[in-house]
Amino acid sequence: MSQYVLRRLLIAIPSLLGISLVLFVVLALAPGDPFAELATNPNVPPEVALALRAKFGLDDPIYLRYLHWLNAMVHGDWGFSFVSRMNVDTLILQRLPATLYVIGSAQILALLIAIPVGVYAATKPYSLFDQIANTLAFVGFSLPTFFTGILFILIFSVTLDWLPFVYTTDIKGTGIRWVLEMIRQAIMPVAVLGLFQAASMTRFVRSAMLDVIRLDYVTTARAKGLGQATVIVKHVMRNAMIPVVTLIALQMPAVFGGAIVTEQIFRIPGIGSLLITSILSNDTPVVMAVTFVFACLVVLFNLIADVLYGWLDPRISLR
Amino acid sequence: MAPLLEIKGLKTHFSTDDGILQAVDGVDISINKGETLCVVGESGCGKTVTAMSILKLIAMPPGRIAAGQIIFEGRDLVPLTSSQLDEIRAKEIGFIFQEPMTSLNPVLTIGEQIAESLRRHEAVTKKQALERTIEMLKLVQIPNAEGRVHNYPHQFSGGMRQRVMIAMALACKPKLIIADEPTTALDVTIQAQILDLLQDMKERFGMAVMLITHAMGVVAETAQRVVVMYAGKVVEEAPVDDLFGDPRHPYTQGLIRSIPRIDLDSEHKTRLEAIGGSVPILINPPVGCRFAPRCKFAMNICTEKEPLLREISPGHRMACHLGDTHLGAAS
Repeated sequence: MSQYVLRRLLIAIPSLLGISLVLFVVLALAPGDPFAELATNPNVPPEVALALRAKFGLDDPIYLRYLHWLNAMVHGDWGFSFVSRMNVDTLILQRLPATLYVIGSAQILALLIAIPVGVYAATKPYSLFDQIANTLAFVGFSLPTFFTGILFILIFSVTLDWLPFVYTTDIKGTGIRWVLEMIRQAIMPVAVLGLFQAASMTRFVRSAMLDVIRLDYVTTARAKGLGQATVIVKHVMRNAMIPVVTLIALQMPAVFGGAIVTEQIFRIPGIGSLLITSILSNDTPVVMAVTFVFACLVVLFNLIADVLYGWLDPRISLR
Repeated sequence: MAPLLEIKGLKTHFSTDDGILQAVDGVDISINKGETLCVVGESGCGKTVTAMSILKLIAMPPGRIAAGQIIFEGRDLVPLTSSQLDEIRAKEIGFIFQEPMTSLNPVLTIGEQIAESLRRHEAVTKKQALERTIEMLKLVQIPNAEGRVHNYPHQFSGGMRQRVMIAMALACKPKLIIADEPTTALDVTIQAQILDLLQDMKERFGMAVMLITHAMGVVAETAQRVVVMYAGKVVEEAPVDDLFGDPRHPYTQGLIRSIPRIDLDSEHKTRLEAIGGSVPILINPPVGCRFAPRCKFAMNICTEKEPLLREISPGHRMACHLGDTHLGAAS
């Protein structure tokens, strides 16, 4: 088992190198760079701009720049954001809590809705509950978050004035007031994103359950007189959750990466909005760092999904 | 003596998009204590549905017990709810399924799957349940039971899994075992072993066995009494010797003639006889005898009036107009 994990981690190194190379080349090919503005800024003499470019090696051939970046990365230097005027790692760490809080809560909300609803709907297929759950799920994932987000803002902030529609990190007040305010401002983004995730996940859980519920061993379990609850939880759910857990593990990078659209709508200063503003302002070091972290997370959670799979399903042995 | 289990006029219907499928349509079967009863018939004749109806293991909906009584030790099981039936399932009536490859939960150890039934029905500790489980595995001749109890189903062969299923069904020492084609999915050498084991267990625990099969060879080997089913109905019922010695219903005769024989010398060897046609679809079945379209002896009355099950000699009942055409003339 540990050997398997070790081997997978070793295999991850070349793939991450490959990913970083692709990312770097794509970003280098994109028009503009962090100093593009200097060239058009009349207050900066052209020779100063050129000197700066030379200092940061911006006009070096691409392979040299890549090797510089790689060398720095290996030594723990994530680069410097010219736009924000701070180190990229501090910038990311600043933005991460908001993303983890909002997107993480949304995922938890999605699971708390999807698993019970999906499981219950599958135990009574085509019942009224199932039909309603299915219809709502269908509506839920047909509506994009940029639509429901704005709709929520319109209803709960503009019309009813119950909830704030801009997420701030510097809430005035301390103690319980601070906690309440943190919850209050997260309600809308968490609901919008959580319900959207819950909608597709409910359908996934339901169909995974339905696939298992008609299998022979479920009848065997019923024939033992175990009772509906035990049969469903121990025999059906235990098997149906294998693909669901894998799906959730594969979705986890998104929790760290932030939901770009939702973060934009609610002005959440998270990783997703950092990525967007960095792209718009040609802040290449930040874009490179965020996308690379995202790639690492994808690789890592793929490994976690595989390990979980082997742990949940005894038929799969990891070698 | 009252029979252990008495099924009276059982009708199990399934709602489908095309109409009501009358999978079991008025079946009477009784099993005495300690008896082995075989239920035979070709695929789709309703034998499995009959068996599954006893413990309401059919999917409901779309399945439904439309009529009839299932009296087990003087108590009708049909009106009971699923949770009331849970007290009877495994404890009083054990079930062995056809497919050992798919009837065990792949993510639980076999020990856990046997023990959970013990823990459900008997006041035993986890440790006692494990000991009993190992004991049961030894009884069904699983080598190295102490080690194997912690293995998963995929680590067993088909025959071994069926032994596990038998151990599971026997764990709570039920009074009746329903074995639904327990050997169909196994290869021939293993089939005999499993049947022997079943017979052995039956003698040891003194339980009754309802063995569902389509193999006449299995019937001859194990049964005391035989019920022949066709298209959701019982067509003949007799003690095993009577049935093979004096089969009365044309369908039973056909079934027996379709057994390959190796004991005849080459002069007497004939082509193996098959029953032509196939089982009718049981949505809006034809009036009259359901076997009539495939019957060599079919008469006019056969497509007009349904033959009723009647006793022709003690313990031997059959449902065919043949031999009493006077009934037809009278009506």
